[in-house]
Amino acid sequence: MPMRRRMAFTVLTFGGLAAAACLIAPLIGSTPLSLRRVFDGSVPFAENPDAQIFFVARLPRTLAAALVGASLAAAGVVFQALLRNPLATPFTLGVSAGAALGAMLAIIFPVGLAFAGVSSVPIASFAGALGAVAIVYALATVRRQGLSTTVLLLAGITLNAFFSSVILFIQYLADFTQTFRTVRWLMGDLDVGSYTPILAALPFMLVAFAAFSVLPRALNLLTLGADAAAARGVDVLRTQRLSFFSASLATGAAVSLGGPVGFIGIIVPHLVRLLVGSDHRIVLPAATLFGAAFLIACDTASRMVMAPMELPVGILTALIGGPFFLWLLLRRS
Amino acid sequence: MPPPAAGGRPTVVSLVPAVTEMLFAVGAGPQVVGVGSFDSWPPEVRHLPKLGALLDPDVERILRLRPGVLVLHVSQQELRTQMERVGIRVFAHATGGLDDVPRNMRKIGSLVGRAAEAEEAAAAFERSLDEIRARAAGRARRRTLIVFGHEPGALRAIDASGGIGFLHDVVTLAGGENVFASVKRESVRVSTEAILAAAPEVILDLRYGQEWESEAEAARERAAWNALPAVPAVRTGRVHVLSGDRFVIPGPRLVEAARDIAAALED
Repeated sequence: MPMRRRMAFTVLTFGGLAAAACLIAPLIGSTPLSLRRVFDGSVPFAENPDAQIFFVARLPRTLAAALVGASLAAAGVVFQALLRNPLATPFTLGVSAGAALGAMLAIIFPVGLAFAGVSSVPIASFAGALGAVAIVYALATVRRQGLSTTVLLLAGITLNAFFSSVILFIQYLADFTQTFRTVRWLMGDLDVGSYTPILAALPFMLVAFAAFSVLPRALNLLTLGADAAAARGVDVLRTQRLSFFSASLATGAAVSLGGPVGFIGIIVPHLVRLLVGSDHRIVLPAATLFGAAFLIACDTASRMVMAPMELPVGILTALIGGPFFLWLLLRRS
Repeated sequence: MPPPAAGGRPTVVSLVPAVTEMLFAVGAGPQVVGVGSFDSWPPEVRHLPKLGALLDPDVERILRLRPGVLVLHVSQQELRTQMERVGIRVFAHATGGLDDVPRNMRKIGSLVGRAAEAEEAAAAFERSLDEIRARAAGRARRRTLIVFGHEPGALRAIDASGGIGFLHDVVTLAGGENVFASVKRESVRVSTEAILAAAPEVILDLRYGQEWESEAEAARERAAWNALPAVPAVRTGRVHVLSGDRFVIPGPRLVEAARDIAAALED
């Protein structure tokens, strides 16, 4: 099949899946919902619980799941290509640990700061993510020999460990309830409760996806090695920079919106490669759309299985992701 | 042997804020020689040495103070063994429901030589609660959501009380009907959908730990609930932001907490 048709076919298939997930997820949940009452214009919105369950509780979290899933899956694809390492995840380079540190600080020292309806927790976690990105980038470029992916990887892993110990230290100083709440934050939560946090994260995600859209061809060549890519006319440093910053931005925005939901950034890319091969022109859009559909499905399950309690969505993705990943490892070896 | 305090009664170190409050309530304040890092009530404890808490008890300083009795959390098994080895008596605090508060008050009272005062204080505590219960009995029970944590200014990460624990008991006694009573846990992370479906008539948004006293902050926290206008409590203006440690410490001040909650439920 020619490339163009393959791309169209992939986008239509996976896009259909994501669209179906977006349409079905708001219709199912822990409480019965009458669609007729949801769209009953004769009842004012303020007095219509069905409409509010649909528009305030379910629709925002479906959208949040779609955006977080798409961002993490796409960032996973880009990081795996950039680092030329199939085990890389959006969280490998310390972005999520930085975000977690920011969120911890906001939970334990609540300054009550909110900006345009977004509470201090997502703001602080996004700031933490940016801080981590800046540190890792500064370290990887300190020798002024371009962007060393080895240093990037080592700096990221070290920063992850360092931030994690700072997080443990802060948790140790906090009281019991706060510690519990910070641990719970790490499990991911897509019940955003309004559209404001989504609108706040969306611009950053859009910028990241605009960058992703020009990356696939260069990423294909980059996976052959930096020298091989350079020989074929790829501006290696520019591609690496663009990949690093866009994938980090998508990760930071996703984590500040939904918490560090694990395994999406690694299961989805691998699963999609199994289905469509390894050409990034196909993998990247497919993983983006499949990531959205997958996280919507996981979140729908997580809000239903233990209702009225929430099963943290990060636990569900890890429960599915862990065994899947082991299977993948065994299959490779 | 540890040095006895005035009147031959033992000195006490309490790492548990609820029990520290009980000690002062039963008149054993002068015997308290050290408290935990989270103790802040009554004001007298501010001048006492802070000796750690659940995860980080300062064993050396506790040993140096040689208290007659050490109050610790029931899960601090190792500390308990260490202390008993050197002859320090231990009171392991465990709490579940509201009934445990007067029970613990009597226990700690007799352990520190204040049995009579403790009996008096515990009986007064029970009497006050009975009065609140009796006053509430005549009123219609309002379906109540008890929230003890969410993100500042936003309805995210909402922790509510399930059907177990002293908060649930206090609200029930004060005339409320906990909307998540059927979940047999102390804390439930609830979604906005669950809250919309539960349709509480009153929301008690409890704040503690930090200074949340300003009216502007309380108003902002109340305003956060406007995101869910279909909830009857929001529509009728029955969202109450109640701030103070007394709502979350299972000690003698639960009487005041119960009065505040009863007033909020009546409103």
